[in-house]
Amino acid sequence: MSDKINLKIDNIAVSIHSGATILEAARKVNIRIPTLCYHEDLCVAGNCRVCVVEQSGSDRLLPSCAMPVAEGMEIHTNSMKVRSARKQIIELLVSEHRADCTRCYKNGKCELQELASEYIIGDNGFIDLVAHKGYTIDNFSPSIIKDDSKCIRCQRCVRTCDQLQSISALTVAHKGEDMKISSFFDKPMFEVVCTNCGQCVNRCPTGALTEKTYLDEVWSALNAEHKHVVVQTAPAVRIALGEALGMPPGEIVTGKMVTALRRLGFSSVLDTDFTADLTIIEEGNELLQRLKKVVKEKDTSVRLPMTTSCSPGWVKFIEHAFPELLPNVSTAKSPQQMFGALAKTYYAQKIGVDPKDMVSVSVMPCTAKKYEADRPEMRSSGYKDVDYVLTTRELALMIKQAGIDFASLPDDEYDSIMGESSGAAVIFGATGGVMEAALRTAYELVTGREVPFNGLNITPVRGMESIREATIKMEKVLPEWDFLEGVELKTCVAHGLSNAKHVMEAVRDGKAEYHFIEIMACPGGCLGGGGQPIPTSPEIRKKRSEAIYREDALKPIRKSHENPEVMHLYEAFLKAPLGKKSHELLHTHYTERNRY
Amino acid sequence: MAEVKQLVKGLADQHGRSMESLLPILQGIINQEQHISEDAMVEVARELNISAAQVYGTATFYSFLHTKPLGKYVIRVCKTITCMMHGKNQIIQELEAVLKINLGETTHDRLFTLLETNCLGQCHKGPAMLVNDEPYTELTPEKVRAIIMKYKQQELNVN
Repeated sequence: MSDKINLKIDNIAVSIHSGATILEAARKVNIRIPTLCYHEDLCVAGNCRVCVVEQSGSDRLLPSCAMPVAEGMEIHTNSMKVRSARKQIIELLVSEHRADCTRCYKNGKCELQELASEYIIGDNGFIDLVAHKGYTIDNFSPSIIKDDSKCIRCQRCVRTCDQLQSISALTVAHKGEDMKISSFFDKPMFEVVCTNCGQCVNRCPTGALTEKTYLDEVWSALNAEHKHVVVQTAPAVRIALGEALGMPPGEIVTGKMVTALRRLGFSSVLDTDFTADLTIIEEGNELLQRLKKVVKEKDTSVRLPMTTSCSPGWVKFIEHAFPELLPNVSTAKSPQQMFGALAKTYYAQKIGVDPKDMVSVSVMPCTAKKYEADRPEMRSSGYKDVDYVLTTRELALMIKQAGIDFASLPDDEYDSIMGESSGAAVIFGATGGVMEAALRTAYELVTGREVPFNGLNITPVRGMESIREATIKMEKVLPEWDFLEGVELKTCVAHGLSNAKHVMEAVRDGKAEYHFIEIMACPGGCLGGGGQPIPTSPEIRKKRSEAIYREDALKPIRKSHENPEVMHLYEAFLKAPLGKKSHELLHTHYTERNRY
Repeated sequence: MAEVKQLVKGLADQHGRSMESLLPILQGIINQEQHISEDAMVEVARELNISAAQVYGTATFYSFLHTKPLGKYVIRVCKTITCMMHGKNQIIQELEAVLKINLGETTHDRLFTLLETNCLGQCHKGPAMLVNDEPYTELTPEKVRAIIMKYKQQELNVN
């Protein structure tokens, strides 16, 4: 192979494709070079200098994350010069970092702390600059806390917000010693375009960006007398929680998680998947209604394409970026909020608990869900529908605090009447999942037959490609839907807000002829959410995705409209999809927001 | 607001709407408005289809792109080492006393703003300062008082 480059790293011969970096070559032969600003999902920045290495014959140290390999290179990753430079770099970073480690939320999970421990940063010769910096902490947001005193300016967050999400709520402002990571005019994150997706939180190597935790509030609720604490768990939590508790990525831990939640003291352990199925019924019917109004009745006040509305990061994004397209967003609430609204009405009635004594907790792969639960619209039950939102990481922490040995737990089942779910609900956690679930239901509603895909697996909408399109032709439809005969239902799936932006620009400019668009704010969908275990990488997201589709295939019920508890909910309480009760409890509206 | 919108749109028509146009547009705003307001930045972001934070990041990087309103006369005293050794601190003290403001502040009548700046290239004639685009060198406290009086007189004559 002519395009292979041969070099030596620490006297070990490596052969790697041209264009690869020294860091990649070193990883190939299992030599670990420490990094801070480097992240697999992001472009190379080369600004932290922790990954420097020495090249024979060169005076200067090279940043291995940014330096491409060259034929005949001899690299030393552990020479005296490298070690002392690296240590000094870490010492300098620490001198501007509020190293209040024992009191830090990221204690034990901080990449800078790990390096400082590895290189034994003692009382060094550098002046601690933290006292002179006038750092601020922004904790106004219900989702994300930004603590500038812990920031090492690696700019992973800036690159995340720009490249993955196309938002750039965070940027590099000022210069020299005053340089800092800032929002527009340094306003609180709560007031700017930040969608609370938490992708920056997931990539921050230190405690500078963290989720706002509600652990204390949840523990208090669990310990309060006369409080009935219900918990719901999102689809993507069960395939990632294990990672934060020492298991490899891609492990399905649904049963163990249910057991753990009972042991933590939750009164009812229920499933967001139940309301995911419900979302499909409401949203699927909404899509068919919109099609009917547009195709049959030529009603110009109704908009197509319809987009999904279950990702709160996406919802806030479109409120800021494309307010003119808000009528295109499905009015169906997200599964979390449908669950919250039903928990304090339907469920409370069924089990005979006064909703004022009920505390509703959700476990989500998401930081934006914390913001969503706080929205003023989300009080349809007369109370705050979802009181506290925990991330997957926070639940893992609770399990650790409670001294539970997670790996050895037996499996258990969710409680009933809001715990049953179909495979269609499980795949909500992966990009393309909502689309697949909706198609399984909508196609059958219209034609009376199952979707024409082997094993109900609508593979064209699956995968990790950034934007995917699929078309399903409606044939031999039921009489009620005769106007759809021969119609090709055009769908589009996008994940990551950067891709969402491309799709919505096409929609705005009239260049896209879709009927239905699924958008998830995070790369890979919820499985790559901002509240998921750290680290994340394309490889890890792939494993989580495989686990989700495995879980779907294992489910006896694969279609949302066949979920017996959902059917019962309609018979006993809601009466009909898009009915009066549904409208009160399960649908919402959106707000135009500012441009910054 | 509508004026800012017009101004930014005009500048974008003139300089283009790519990332390279950002600096000339911001300079254009400074020429017209002396400082770049929040509203102006949001309009620039809208025209260039970038985030407002990115505009803010660029604007705060450059010393001469101001993000806060300034006085009619902006005094920039060179803070670098040669001017410092020539007595820049006494100059600043004198300016603070004459103008009755601290470094970084603007007088109540919104006439003068006192700032420090990086090297003005007048090291052989330090201490040096700029009043808007006018350089003054080899400053002494007496000279500084005279300069300020000159501008105040100028204002009185105008009114």
